Amino acid sequence: MHPALSVIVFTVLSGAGYGLLFLAAILAIGGVLPAAFWFDGCVAVLALAMISIGLSSSVLHLGRPERAWRAMSQWRSSWLSREGVTALVCYPAALMFATGWLWWADSMWWRLAAAITAVLAAATVACTAMIYASLKPVHQWRSAWVPAAYGVLALYSGCLWLDALRLGFDVPVPHLNLAAVALALAGAGIKIAYWRHIERTRSPATPESATGLGHIGKVRMLDPPHTQENYLLREMGFKIGRKHRRKLRRICIGLGFAAPALLVLIADFLAPTAAAAPALLAALLAMAGLLIERWLFFAEARHTVSLYYGAEAA
Amino acid sequence: MTSLPDRVSGKQLGLVIDLDTCVGCHACAVSCKQWNAGGVSAPLTDFEPYGAEPSGVWFNRVHSFEAGDGVDGRTVHFPKSCLHCAEPACVTVCPTGASYKRAEDGIVLVNEDLCIGCKLCSWACPYGAREFDDDAGVMKKCTLCIDRIYNEHLPEAERLPACVASCPSGARHFGDLGDPSSDVSKLVAERGGFDLMPELGYRPVNKYLPPRRGAHCGSVAGRAPADALVPTGDAASKLLSWLDRLLSR
Amino acid sequence: MSESRQSTGVDLSPVVSDRVETTTCYMCACRCGIRVHLRDGKLRFIEGNPDHPVNRGVLCGKGAAGIMKQKSPAKLRKPLLRTGERGRGEFREIEWDEALALAATWLGEIRRTDPKRLAFYTGRDQAQAFTSWWAEAFGTVNYAAHGGFCSVSMAAAGMYTLGGGFWEFGEPDFEQTRYFMLFGVAEDHSSNPIKIGISRLKQRGAKFVSVNPVRTGYSAVADEWLGIRPGTDGLFIGALIRELLLADQVDFAYLVRYTNAPWLVIDAPGTAEHGLFARDAQGAPLCWDASTKAVADASGTGVTPALAGRYRLADGRDAVPAFQLLAERFLDDAYAPEAVAAETGIAAKTTRRIAAEIADVAFRQELVLDVPWTDWAGRRHDKMIGRPVSFHAMRGISAHSNGFHTCRALHVLQLLLGAIDSPGGFRYKPPYPKSCPPHAKPSRPAEANHSLAGPPLGYPLSPDDLLVDTDGRPLRIDKAFSWEAPLAAHGMLHTVIANAANADPYAIDTLFLFMANMGWNSAMNSRGTADMLAAKDASGAYRIPRIIYVDAFYSETVAFADLVLPDTTYLERYDCISLLDRPISSADGPADAIRHPVLAPDRDVRPFQDVLLDLGARLGLPGMVRGNGKPTYSGFADYMARYERKPGIGLLAGWRGERGEATGKGAPNPEQIAAYVANGAFWHEELPVTARFFKHANRDYLDYAVRMGFLDAADPIVLQLYVEPLQKFRLAAEGHGKVRPPPAHRERVRRFFDPLPLWYRPFEEAATESVDYPLHAITQRPMIMYHAWDSQNAWLRQIISENRLYVSRATAAGLGLADDDWVSIESRHGRIKGQVRLMEGVNADTVWTWNAIAKRAGAWNLAPDAPEATRAFLLNDIISDLLPAREGGYRYSNSDPVTGQAAWYDLRVRIAKCAADAVSARAEALAMPPGWPPRPAILRFGAEFRPREASK
Ligand SMILES: Nc1nc2c(c(=O)[nH]1)N[C@H]1C(S)=C(S)[C@@H](COP(=O)(O)OP(=O)(O)OC[C@H]3O[C@@H](n4cnc5c(=O)[nH]c(N)nc54)[C@H](O)[C@@H]3O)O[C@H]1N2
Ligand SMILES: Nc1nc2c(c(=O)[nH]1)N[C@H]1C(S)=C(S)[C@@H](COP(=O)(O)OP(=O)(O)OC[C@H]3O[C@@H](n4cnc5c(=O)[nH]c(N)nc54)[C@H](O)[C@@H]3O)O[C@H]1N2
Ligand code: SF4
Ligand code: SF4
Ligand code: SF4
Ligand code: SF4
Ligand code: SF4
Ligand SMILES: [Mo]
Repeated sequence: MHPALSVIVFTVLSGAGYGLLFLAAILAIGGVLPAAFWFDGCVAVLALAMISIGLSSSVLHLGRPERAWRAMSQWRSSWLSREGVTALVCYPAALMFATGWLWWADSMWWRLAAAITAVLAAATVACTAMIYASLKPVHQWRSAWVPAAYGVLALYSGCLWLDALRLGFDVPVPHLNLAAVALALAGAGIKIAYWRHIERTRSPATPESATGLGHIGKVRMLDPPHTQENYLLREMGFKIGRKHRRKLRRICIGLGFAAPALLVLIADFLAPTAAAAPALLAALLAMAGLLIERWLFFAEARHTVSLYYGAEAA
Repeated sequence: MTSLPDRVSGKQLGLVIDLDTCVGCHACAVSCKQWNAGGVSAPLTDFEPYGAEPSGVWFNRVHSFEAGDGVDGRTVHFPKSCLHCAEPACVTVCPTGASYKRAEDGIVLVNEDLCIGCKLCSWACPYGAREFDDDAGVMKKCTLCIDRIYNEHLPEAERLPACVASCPSGARHFGDLGDPSSDVSKLVAERGGFDLMPELGYRPVNKYLPPRRGAHCGSVAGRAPADALVPTGDAASKLLSWLDRLLSR
Repeated sequence: MSESRQSTGVDLSPVVSDRVETTTCYMCACRCGIRVHLRDGKLRFIEGNPDHPVNRGVLCGKGAAGIMKQKSPAKLRKPLLRTGERGRGEFREIEWDEALALAATWLGEIRRTDPKRLAFYTGRDQAQAFTSWWAEAFGTVNYAAHGGFCSVSMAAAGMYTLGGGFWEFGEPDFEQTRYFMLFGVAEDHSSNPIKIGISRLKQRGAKFVSVNPVRTGYSAVADEWLGIRPGTDGLFIGALIRELLLADQVDFAYLVRYTNAPWLVIDAPGTAEHGLFARDAQGAPLCWDASTKAVADASGTGVTPALAGRYRLADGRDAVPAFQLLAERFLDDAYAPEAVAAETGIAAKTTRRIAAEIADVAFRQELVLDVPWTDWAGRRHDKMIGRPVSFHAMRGISAHSNGFHTCRALHVLQLLLGAIDSPGGFRYKPPYPKSCPPHAKPSRPAEANHSLAGPPLGYPLSPDDLLVDTDGRPLRIDKAFSWEAPLAAHGMLHTVIANAANADPYAIDTLFLFMANMGWNSAMNSRGTADMLAAKDASGAYRIPRIIYVDAFYSETVAFADLVLPDTTYLERYDCISLLDRPISSADGPADAIRHPVLAPDRDVRPFQDVLLDLGARLGLPGMVRGNGKPTYSGFADYMARYERKPGIGLLAGWRGERGEATGKGAPNPEQIAAYVANGAFWHEELPVTARFFKHANRDYLDYAVRMGFLDAADPIVLQLYVEPLQKFRLAAEGHGKVRPPPAHRERVRRFFDPLPLWYRPFEEAATESVDYPLHAITQRPMIMYHAWDSQNAWLRQIISENRLYVSRATAAGLGLADDDWVSIESRHGRIKGQVRLMEGVNADTVWTWNAIAKRAGAWNLAPDAPEATRAFLLNDIISDLLPAREGGYRYSNSDPVTGQAAWYDLRVRIAKCAADAVSARAEALAMPPGWPPRPAILRFGAEFRPREASK
């Protein structure tokens, strides 16, 4: 699948945003996060900013962005539509949660808003993941590892941002560093397991089943229908070399998980104000790593249409 | 809308493509382009038409494959357009309702006025039957020539998809695959018509007829002749034997 | 239905068009009937005409892209006069008056001095009846269409053997055949009819065998594919013949009745009549009547002719029946299946089985039609007995230097099976068969200010008919009908440019080309040919002093012209598809057709036919001006209706006679064109069922043919197993007769003018070491492209804009090649590079590619970085136009020695992996003519027709 920048940016940023929002809401409800004006404000602004930038990037990716609102209508069948709906209703909930956090942090209503925010944030990430995981033509996406990764990585990146902010504002949250490290381990573990999964399994679809000619023998493409690339190939025929993908996976694990985990561990030994810098760096590195992760998520996915264009497996 | 119609009439219009006679001439692809360029999905935009990377919107594309090795194999020309699936995820993933399957005949269409150009339906189609028009920003696809098959301005006999009407090799058939007694359904039954990628569960309406196989197939009206002729003499005696072969003019 | 209309918001019944015109497609030479839909005067849709006999409603991919030809940004816009050097594309636009005056001055001067200094050659020969008449009137022998490099070996073999044949003279009986063998056909002229036919016979369960080194297209749907090694079909066919002979699987009755098999051939080696037919005093051929045990008139009906034996003629000489000679040739062990297997690559077992299948179908499954008919001698037969085995072949066998004899061998095979114009076999399309051997002779050069005595092209029957001077040197610029290519019935366009540039055999003044891209894909040695078009002599003058070119598009050749006369497109002009030319008839009856303008040109261009008539009138050519100096014809439409070749016979056979009451022969009808337009632009007449088979000997048909003017007399046409005229050339080479080949050509003529089919190794293969150039390299026509015409077509070029070199997977493995690798492709003539694609279905000794995809940068108004110019390659660059030098340094044309057909498919190459950026010298990009609008970057064709959404 073509790794379109807009979609990569969207999923990574909005994932981090929803992760942050989710954690903030849960921890706030649980009373673990104290109400602290600047800190709370920054968490909310950062989360909503990441979400909004992500969402706009995805809207701009549309052929007809001005009609984006129409995407809300088909929530009964379409994960994309559901994502749109949850993302949209998440905004007022998040705003209520954020403002309430500053001013009415004890009210029932605020708790409810926070809970709804957490649920919608999680739901939005889940919907995003399900958009991919529900696509039968893309074997690499049709796996439980995909929603697992989307969820854990959203939490992981959100957690790093929360950690960086709370250290910066010197807001004590117990074990958050360790939670981040744990999420890094979980995230890396899930990705590694995912990669093993896609290495070891193949789409049930083959050139033989795609053409129905398997009874004659091995099926190979002779000529494509058009000698130059068409939309289908540009959008879904992306190929990535073996060596290249190995290298990128390593970079992704190193940059996106190992380094941030290490930095957060270091931060754990430092005074909060001194720890802010490595924690921030950890968040930034993780974001870079996740961009690579997401790029790979698309680049390594092979659509069954490529079977019609010479691919030997999908 | 995007949910599949719960009440689908039995009618399932579609195509049957005969891989045994398709010679790969692309007539169906170009006729399709021609009709639909000015049809309900007009235009089928072409980009860089005279440049280095020409490409455009096509609803039907003809691939070529080789199946099997060496002389025992076959070259198979393979036209492919929307299969108007019975379980079309291209429809259910659509967030806007632009993509829909008609209850009355099973045709899968895009309402371009609703389409936001998210391209998700093209990801959801395993067969590569969706075509994004970058210029219009919307998705387009084979309409099964809905503006021909019901077109009251055309004589009844010509109410056929453009690709079917043009095919010089009689390799394309159009009809109601939901009706087991239709000509197309009978053809499919007779010739062992099959689905593409049945394992994905889209249940395509369009069917493909397999190529016949083997050196002796269709051989001489069902009778296998001898493997070789039996000489009635050697070269020298032949000439002599013909001396008595007397036929009047 | 109204419900669905509402439920979807889609207009299910949009108006298609407000005007429908019926005319004839010319996206290729198949000439199908089309219906052109227009809305507000704009092209909306082109579809096949269901009533048309050629395509019966279907339309191929090229035909369906006609709209994009009309939209092409490469259409020439106005006459052009060269301003820069030849080959650069630098021109200025001039008015038609100036252009025509200039052309008339040049041509007038030539006609007044030496008319043959005009070389007038046409590429696509659809207007041949007309252009040939014009050349004849002008008085130049140097006229031909492109047939010499196309398929003359096929056409000539058919004409000398059957008075018809494959090419466009006949077709398989697709509706009734039970076994169909196709040799070397990728597409052929009869594009849609073959597709229709193959699918119908397959649906009936008949067997279809394709003999072709490559398994694509038709071969892909064949029940059996025989991946023969190129150039060896003659051996394979010979082996089939041998098998049939040995098993007596021959239709002896057919041979006796319809062919010259029983004719006695004089056996008197060393004499001037050796190998000629024994004839009586009146010239009638003789046979041995076994019932009377005496020599008898072979054309008589009461005789019982012997097919074998040796007989003494009255003059004491010995003679043997032609059949015996034929049998002796093919019974030779050299044609044993085992003996030929190594050459052909077809296992002996397979050859044997194919022979058995053929015999089984022909003789054990004979087809009996309950149709009574009368033979030439007036005898009634109550049934038609058919041999339902049919064959078709084209350039795969004819475009080799042994092509003529291979084509002959295939016809002989059909004769032995009795499968010529019998039910289920090959069928003639009227006006064929013609007399056999044919009797039109090529005309000799005319004096200044004179017309030729007849048409420039014809069929020599003996050395006396050659166009050579007393020293045996060619009289035509292309050397057709000379000792180099005695039976060059279609001329030799492929030699004209080199000969003219080398003043060999003489210098010409003006090269006048129409619709032939000789600066590129239709030339052998394409780079060298382009150089010769621009070559200068020591004084700095062009060696070909003047070049006039008529094209409709900005092709590569335009750049080399001094004067460019822009033509219209096929939707903008009148054209005539005449029975006098290459007919579109079916075997069930004659047909002809016209094109008529459906659109008015949007640029300052004129139909070439009108221009040629205008030029003829300006030159005062006979037949083109009246006494008062006014043009005879107001334009081509007028000419189509009024011109008569002979009294009552004109270009069109339908609606003749003053009131349109006659067909075939009849007075010109002023309303004829209108009648054609009203009838879908074509005329077709079905033969009575009793006249549909055995046309060469069928009384009803022969009488009909005379009535229609197809034949001069209703005599039976005797099919020529043994071609006596060839022997006459051989005798000349052996020193007999007045006209004899110069010593240098003698051995060649003696060897190849064999009255019986023979096989020899193609010249290129024989001349090069197979270790140096181990692979055959051939091209195929893509079904979706017509030569150079379609790279300007926005839709078709999306399908193919670059070509690959297809290599067998096994061969590639040996060479260490993987898919997509770049390779250098090198012949004895030159080197190019291309990208490979591996495949299973190709003969392991063969590589191939699609024809004519590559374009010169800048030509056809494509972007200079278009794949056609950067990645595609032209095999023509490495096909030599000449054979390697022989003793004395003389180099023959790379052609068949009998017919002069260009031997495109003899090419031998070696390939080796190379870098993608390995440079191959390319011509610089062409400049664009002045004042052309920029080529569009996006096409939204059809947006204007989008139906408005129905009310929801
Ligand atoms: N390697 C290789 N080369 C081959 C062959 C092969 O098999 N292999 N085949 C050979 C054969 S058989 C042939 S016939 C030749 C074909 O070669 P050509 O006869 O040269 O055919 P094209 O080059 O397609 O077309 C000639 C010109 O006709 C012009 N044209 C198109 N439509 C019109 C029109 O309406 N009016 C006018 N005035 N001009 C028009 C085109 O612009 C083009 O420049 O190629 C030969 N070359
Ligand atoms: N679409 C399309 N149609 C065309 C044309 C076109 O350019 N495009 N051109 C028209 C013209 S001008 C012509 S002359 C005709 C030509 O019509 P064809 O003769 O059908 O065309 P070619 O492409 O020359 O096909 C030659 C075939 O012979 C095979 N072949 C080569 N060598 C041998 C051999 O030694 N033995 C055997 N058995 N096979 C061999 C090749 O693989 C190829 O399949 O087509 C006409 N029709
Ligand atoms: S072929 Fe593709 S586009 Fe057509 S209905 Fe099936 S899934 Fe949808
Ligand atoms: S591109 Fe258009 S039709 Fe396809 S899923 Fe998106 S909105 Fe629906
Ligand atoms: S049915 Fe119509 S739209 Fe679909 S492929 Fe055929 S011509 Fe194209
Ligand atoms: S038009 Fe018919 S023969 Fe040609 S590619 Fe299409 S299906 Fe095949
Ligand atoms: S075969 Fe030739 S004439 Fe017939 S539709 Fe195709 S391009 Fe036109
Ligand atoms: Mo040709």
